[in-house]
Amino acid sequence: MNGMQEGFWRRLSALTKKEVRQLLRDRGNLAIGLLLPVVLILIFGYGLTFDVRNAPVAVVLEDRSPTANDVIAGLRLSPYLSPIILPSMRVAEELMLRREVDAIVYLTADFSRQLYAGNGRIQILLHGTDANYARTIQAYVEGALGEWAVGRVDRSAGKGRPLPGSVGIEQRLWFNSANTSTWFLVPGLIVLIMTLVGAFLTALVMAREWERGTLEALFVTPVRPTEILLAKVLPYFGVGMIGWSMCLLAAIFLFKVPLYGSFSVLLLSSVLYLLVAVGIGLVISSATKSQFLASQLALVLSFMPALMLSGFIFDLRNVPPVVRAVGKVLPATYYMDLLKSLFLAGDVWPLILHNCSVLAVYAMALLGLARVMTRKRVA
Amino acid sequence: MNGVGIHGFFRRVLSLGRKEFLIILKDPANRVVLFGPVLVQSLLFGYAATFDLNNIPYALLDQSRSAASHELVSRLDGSGVFRRVATLGNASEIAELVNTQQVLLAIQIGPRFEAELRAGEMAPIQAIVDARNSTTAGNVVSYLGSVVRAFNDDWWEQHGGVRVPLTLVTRAWYNPNLETRWNLLPALIATLSMLQTLLLTALSVAREREQGTFDQLLVTPSSPVEILIGKAVPSIMVGLTQSSIVLLLALFWFRIPMAGSLLALYTALGVFTVACVGLGLSISALAANMQQAMLYAFMLAMPMVLLSGMITPIRNMPQFLQHLTMANPVRFGVNLVQRIYLEGADLGTLVGDLVPLLVIAAVALPLAGWLFRNRLV
Repeated sequence: MNGMQEGFWRRLSALTKKEVRQLLRDRGNLAIGLLLPVVLILIFGYGLTFDVRNAPVAVVLEDRSPTANDVIAGLRLSPYLSPIILPSMRVAEELMLRREVDAIVYLTADFSRQLYAGNGRIQILLHGTDANYARTIQAYVEGALGEWAVGRVDRSAGKGRPLPGSVGIEQRLWFNSANTSTWFLVPGLIVLIMTLVGAFLTALVMAREWERGTLEALFVTPVRPTEILLAKVLPYFGVGMIGWSMCLLAAIFLFKVPLYGSFSVLLLSSVLYLLVAVGIGLVISSATKSQFLASQLALVLSFMPALMLSGFIFDLRNVPPVVRAVGKVLPATYYMDLLKSLFLAGDVWPLILHNCSVLAVYAMALLGLARVMTRKRVA
Repeated sequence: MNGVGIHGFFRRVLSLGRKEFLIILKDPANRVVLFGPVLVQSLLFGYAATFDLNNIPYALLDQSRSAASHELVSRLDGSGVFRRVATLGNASEIAELVNTQQVLLAIQIGPRFEAELRAGEMAPIQAIVDARNSTTAGNVVSYLGSVVRAFNDDWWEQHGGVRVPLTLVTRAWYNPNLETRWNLLPALIATLSMLQTLLLTALSVAREREQGTFDQLLVTPSSPVEILIGKAVPSIMVGLTQSSIVLLLALFWFRIPMAGSLLALYTALGVFTVACVGLGLSISALAANMQQAMLYAFMLAMPMVLLSGMITPIRNMPQFLQHLTMANPVRFGVNLVQRIYLEGADLGTLVGDLVPLLVIAAVALPLAGWLFRNRLV
């Protein structure tokens, strides 16, 4: 028994050494493992944001009265909008067609007359090609114009009878007091990058061995399949964890995303997810045994779903049940959920226990499946 | 060479193209992987693409227990969007519910709510929103705002106030209901096919390099230009087929009306796909083996997709990155398809997007051809 154990460690360390050498020699792989996470988190951390600032908005003022000017004053004060005053609708439509403005606010020539007659109307035209962006602009424009209405009520309050009150909302945004999308996009990016490094890289490396027949050469040695798999996984797992630490440093120190949860839980869940990702890579490669198929499948099965269906961009609470069910099957969803909570909310134990155990089950199932599929058998 | 002339050129290109097609399509697994995922992904992503909240679970802490607060709450419950999952008696219960994501929103109505309203003051309600996803949180606040606004308007009218005579009429061009699906699916027409064709072409030369057949190809009478065309055409056709699958789904399954002409759309897609295939072939010619080719392709593809404006607007990016996207073919591809599909733009107005793509193609394709001969690994 002791002899067997010793043989296991000896073979494993020899194989691992070989894999590490191979990894270090291939600069492309090393680059994707170490450099790519940093580059990606920098580009995306700075580049991806849903927050609108200084959106150009055309304001067509056919009515030159002080009242009309007063109404649109709110637009000028808004940090989110930068209004451009134009005399005619024709020019504004021209600008909108070329997408040089995102919206048009239109006050007709008889605006103030109509307003005093009790029927003031302002038309807002939105460039709807990017729907979510348009909605955000809509909220800001309507908010800025609505402020005037509130102010006006207060002014008229002085004369005469007491006015009824109104309900105001005091909003508290928990977990993201800065209300910036960077705070939830950066933890999401860590998930994407881990998926990429884990699943894609492992799938490629193993598929190459299958395709080239070098695994068959290993099969004739006393090495066991478990040892082959472990030796493959260990170096890439190491690369993935180094990439993860760099992402984490960037998230905390560069993008100032707060980390309210405990580091040990963060580390544990990341280890689990990386194992899952590596497992997916192994299963894909041993199922396809071809580099072409493995790369396409890794793209289609791991990366794209992690991007679109894991709650990274589209909140799973909003999607139709079928899509939500698909999202719930993805391990990335659980890791995404967990990371966002750990970063922004802290240690929410029921969530941690549930999601970590789901990830652990996935990791065991996938790695077990990979072990079963890697038989010492020549196809 | 001259004796055979143009005829020989076509014959060689044709036979090379035929061979490439066979390599791509002869394996049934390849056929599935090239056309199945496009279908499934566009269906799934089409349904997933929504920022609309149709279900906001919330917790209520009503310390006022008055007619006014009842009225406000029944408006929330009757909105069809807000779903009350908990009615609390104590503010300390809020944290647990929000933390564990059982509710997105907790509303606290203070004990003096109705008194304040009747006294003509501002009666605040507290809205605690789970902002782990800031987009969702923004939507929750704006939905709550519209319910409260309607409440205020009616309260004013019933209690003798003068309504502000200002109405805002909002209309959206190109996408009247502002559905995210409408802009995502046209973007997917460009991106889904780009992703797979880029990998496909990136592998085409690298595979032959790895198997040693590329040297054989170089000593045949085929010139690098012929090899280039023979390699490019099958991938372009695969890419256009994938785009067509997404287009058909967008048109007939999701029923997103198309404003532009098919001719303009396919011209734009053609230019875009040629640029992407050029990029893929250059990668392929640069890489020493398949693995490198795939890694290079993926390193390019991921930033190209995420910085294409498909997901987050380019206008929000820092200036430096906005300049960088000028080298991103996907940015132009997405913009072209969206503008033709949704806005009905004609090719004349899209020169600004077509020219950069043509430049990318004009650089990448000759580069790939040159690399065929000049990089022997």
